[in-house]
Amino acid sequence: MSTSTKTAASAAARSTGRSAAPARYSERVRAERRLGWLLAGPAFVVMLAVTAYPILQAAYDSLFNYRLTAPGERSFVGLGNYGVILTDDLFWRDLGVTVLITVVTVLVELVLGFALALVMHKALKSVRGLLRTAILVPYGIITVVSAFAWFYAFDINSGYVNNWFGWLPGIDQDLNWFADTGTALFVIIASEIWKTTPFISLLLLAGLAQVPDELNEAALVDGATWWERMRRVILPNMKAAIMVAVLFRALDAFRIFDNVFIMTGGAYGTEVLSLLAYRTSIGRLEIGLGSAVSVVLFICVLLICFIAIKLFKVDLAGARGGKS
Amino acid sequence: MPVDQQHRPRARHRAVAALASAALLLTGCAAEAGPPVLTWYINPDAGGQAAIAAKCTEAAGGRYRIETSLLPNDAASQREQLARRLAAGDSSLDIMSLDPPFIPELAEPDFLAPVPEDVAQRTTENVVDGALAGARWDGELVTVPFWANTQLLWYRKSVAEAAGLDMSQPVTWNQLIEAAADQDKYLGVQGALAESMTVWVNALVESAGGQIILNPEAPADQIELGLDSEAGTKAAQIISTIGKEGLGGPGLPTQNENDSMILFQGDKGSFMVNWPFVWPATKAAVEDGSLPKPLLEDIGWTLYPRVEDGQPAAPPLGGINLGVGAASEHPELAFEAIECIVSPENQADYFVTNGNPPSSTEAYEDPRIQEAFPMADTIRESLELSAPRPQTPYYNEVSTGVQQNWAPPRAVNPSGTPQATVNFILAVLRGEELL
Repeated sequence: MSTSTKTAASAAARSTGRSAAPARYSERVRAERRLGWLLAGPAFVVMLAVTAYPILQAAYDSLFNYRLTAPGERSFVGLGNYGVILTDDLFWRDLGVTVLITVVTVLVELVLGFALALVMHKALKSVRGLLRTAILVPYGIITVVSAFAWFYAFDINSGYVNNWFGWLPGIDQDLNWFADTGTALFVIIASEIWKTTPFISLLLLAGLAQVPDELNEAALVDGATWWERMRRVILPNMKAAIMVAVLFRALDAFRIFDNVFIMTGGAYGTEVLSLLAYRTSIGRLEIGLGSAVSVVLFICVLLICFIAIKLFKVDLAGARGGKS
Repeated sequence: MPVDQQHRPRARHRAVAALASAALLLTGCAAEAGPPVLTWYINPDAGGQAAIAAKCTEAAGGRYRIETSLLPNDAASQREQLARRLAAGDSSLDIMSLDPPFIPELAEPDFLAPVPEDVAQRTTENVVDGALAGARWDGELVTVPFWANTQLLWYRKSVAEAAGLDMSQPVTWNQLIEAAADQDKYLGVQGALAESMTVWVNALVESAGGQIILNPEAPADQIELGLDSEAGTKAAQIISTIGKEGLGGPGLPTQNENDSMILFQGDKGSFMVNWPFVWPATKAAVEDGSLPKPLLEDIGWTLYPRVEDGQPAAPPLGGINLGVGAASEHPELAFEAIECIVSPENQADYFVTNGNPPSSTEAYEDPRIQEAFPMADTIRESLELSAPRPQTPYYNEVSTGVQQNWAPPRAVNPSGTPQATVNFILAVLRGEELL
């Protein structure tokens, strides 16, 4: 936006003559800045009200021992709640499950999503629209609905999966998917992948579209194989898009809630951090302890952002194609 | 001038619009000016509470109107919503259908309006003991008993006969375990990590003469648990045997009340502990043809199984009580409405139409009940024997602690689980561990 502003301003300055240029330039820019603030201001205030305020309130509440049903017994405990959380095995187990789900889903989705993006990119014009719609359908389904669909498909009483896949080793009529950590996590991760691969493939498709055709054609003329073109031309040119896709999905996957809540309720070692925060604040009504879990979750998300942006140098502007 | 001409009609439009909206507001007020509306937060049922609400609205002759508002499906989510609303001082909580174990938590911080003495007296005549205990906290009646639930032992007559069990005599859990193993059938029990697990553990511990909490009215740091006892070990032995020998079927670790009913109705069904809803549900399934007709003839019922041969069982107790929110704007009317709702006639109606048994012994005299529920006398007898779950403001912590240690049943270890549960719950109550 600043680039276009500058261009417009300097064009205006040129047309009105050189001598008045500096004064007109800054006044005009200032006016546009003011307009910018006026336009973005309301949204900014709303964002402050609905995100900054609850975050600060949670950080404040996390310093108290405060139970919603015993408002009179509220007492200041400083960082005591954080001490309880960080020394508890349950927290580390839940963190482990959350990280496992995040890593596995993001990796699988990246590979699958890239394949789908290639298919969408290369598809004939006549089927392109249909193909994109078909691929996007899972992403359009509400997570709770898809979680129930997957739950009932695998449920030992109503499910058909045991019936259909009975020929596979390890699967039979008596397999209760949600009774063990491994099998339950498998269903949760599979459902998550099914649902959000379209999202990642869309981001990657945008990246693919940015790779200049000339480079590809030049490599082709030089006799590069498909794999060489992929590795030397396409992937390096869409690195920014890939990193943004990974970052967005990782942040999303880390905050997973619906699938676990619906399918197992966190039973048998499938609990994730956001479910722990929910059970502590909403289930136990322990506002102080629950807020502390939420703050820890928030810090984890910030850490992921920090690592991605600082260490992997994800350029958020690059993927949008808005940077000149 | 042209500007003015343009503006005048607009101003007129505006005036008309303002009048119109004022009129709308006024009619809105007129609708509000009718009888006061009492909101009744109900747990999901087959429409029985809405029918009673309509009936009592009519009987009130314009003094109040009862509107129902539906709560979430499971008891834990109902509690979450009500507790949050009560803590926030929501004035729409005129009447609430409350699950008894969660009442102390709401009564302790005075979230519930006190029950007037005359109402208390009139609504507690002829109420079964268990339901009355669940309606009290700290020596006072804080809610009004509405319906009372209890689990029976349901059995397939053919299986009991083949196993040589005389079901006219009290049976023990060990007999059932042997019979199911002998006949290669599954027992219908609830092994999921859910409230139903606490219901089962509490019934077993109470049947063995023990208690989960020894001093339920104590503050968090003084609570003493009774699971690490002979009764706790016996309960663990039963649950662990059923889990380890696969007698609950492969679905046991995720089995709730509905799942065990489906198991019981199937080919591997033998014995099941469950609430009376299974009878109308099975009858309806047979009538619409999804289950074979002879099944209904094959189903028998008796009192909950015993843990010890000579000691009567303490069946689980459930049900719903009615409470009034402390912030309600019409508490007198709400209690008047509650008196209407819990009348023995309405309780009998509710049992016949929705399958939820009355808490008033008087309601059982209704001839329609005997016809619809041939097991009504067994239910009443079971209610008299039943033991409530621990009445403590920390019920959620205690119950979740039990569930996390006793589910799945195959992982229960009679020599370790009861003690581990005690240590875990106490650490959570002291605020030293996450739940």
